[in-house]
Amino acid sequence: MQETAVDPAAAGDPGPGLLRGFARVVARDLRLALRQRGDALLAVLFFVLTAMLFPFGIGQEPNLLQRIAPGVVWVTALLAVLLSLERLFLRDYEDGSLELMALSPVPLPVIVLAKVTAHWLTTGLPLLAAAPIIALMYGLPAEGYGILLAAMALGTPTLSLIGAVGAALTLGARRGGVLIPLLVLPLYIPVLIFGVSAVDAQMAGLSARPQLLLMGAGLLAAIALAPWAAAGAVRQAVE
Amino acid sequence: MRFAGRDLGCVRGDRAIFAGLDFDLPAGGALVLSGPNGSGKSSLLRVLASLLPPAAGQLTWDGQDVAADPEAHRARLHYQGHHEALKPELTAAENLGFWAGLQQPAGGAVHDALNRFGLADLAEQPVRLLSAGQRRRLSLSRILASPAPLWLLDEPSVGLDARSVRTLEAEIEAHRAAGGLVVLATHQPLDLADQQELSVADFPPAPVTADDDPWAGALW
Repeated sequence: MQETAVDPAAAGDPGPGLLRGFARVVARDLRLALRQRGDALLAVLFFVLTAMLFPFGIGQEPNLLQRIAPGVVWVTALLAVLLSLERLFLRDYEDGSLELMALSPVPLPVIVLAKVTAHWLTTGLPLLAAAPIIALMYGLPAEGYGILLAAMALGTPTLSLIGAVGAALTLGARRGGVLIPLLVLPLYIPVLIFGVSAVDAQMAGLSARPQLLLMGAGLLAAIALAPWAAAGAVRQAVE
Repeated sequence: MRFAGRDLGCVRGDRAIFAGLDFDLPAGGALVLSGPNGSGKSSLLRVLASLLPPAAGQLTWDGQDVAADPEAHRARLHYQGHHEALKPELTAAENLGFWAGLQQPAGGAVHDALNRFGLADLAEQPVRLLSAGQRRRLSLSRILASPAPLWLLDEPSVGLDARSVRTLEAEIEAHRAAGGLVVLATHQPLDLADQQELSVADFPPAPVTADDDPWAGALW
């Protein structure tokens, strides 16, 4: 009685299917980002311009700028990521793509992870590339660069993953874009603290290893949990 | 193949939409949902697509509970809602190729599907340059680009010209002839052979009585 009928779509190896579904969503989102470059550029421009404002506001003492450099890079990067979170799901939600994705045979957490990957490639990676420019403007000593980039490489994907949960939860809410920072910012604080203290430790001649390990652990935890949480929120939104 | 629902109920927000709805659709069958606006046709289609969990009752495919294996159910259906799910920046072929590839790992018959809705010449055009009717046809051709036995169509003929409506009817009939199932909601009668009709308005939810209402006994 319990024999399942052989379903043409369900037959075949599920492993490569998952990977292919993941790759297709990443490729589509990257292509969309490439066709409307403005959105992706906005985050980097915001990052660079905001960071440039601080010296005007607080004066140009080299010692002071050097000391606040890691903090400025991290805070502005975090705000730039926040700014870009709304576009992660909103357009797909509004034009019905998200509900078709929820109906596709590819599991929704895999699709969410693919969208987050594309988001990081179009937001986090450019921020990572622009960070040395800001560090240079602030006169960060040479030994700080490596750690700053390593910390950002571990921290920015975490920001995208946590942000995806916030972006998914606010789908369908009026003025959801305003709600996202309220939900997400408190969760960003650990990334900020360890990201800044990794660079500070290096500059003080200490090892930055503990901070980097903690950030790596945070990233792994976010990869393990955030796609499922965001997928659950997306399912609620398309109900 | 047999798709059936028993005693289905649906609640949106705090309002019951319908209750006690039954249907039974054999292979090759077409179920046409009718009823006035707001009677719950779209909600029923969303329940059938497993986007919305039914508040009561059970859906079965070949006698097996759909809720037991939602992924298998999603793999066997195409859902066409009110949204077109098209990206204006991508070309018609790119839009279709993405959805076909997501539905079927090997990718689907994109150009054949475009051809059948008369869109072959527009394959490389960005969707933002298409007219509303062409976008609608492109959206419908998505269900032809990869095979799935169950089609759930919400007002598929809205915005189509007479010729495209005939194409749609022919594609639905061809799908049924191959053993496929169709459930569709429409206000514009489509010419389909021996279709089952179901008026969602015939299954009103039971009125809330004082016994069911948790607030009825409140003291204010």
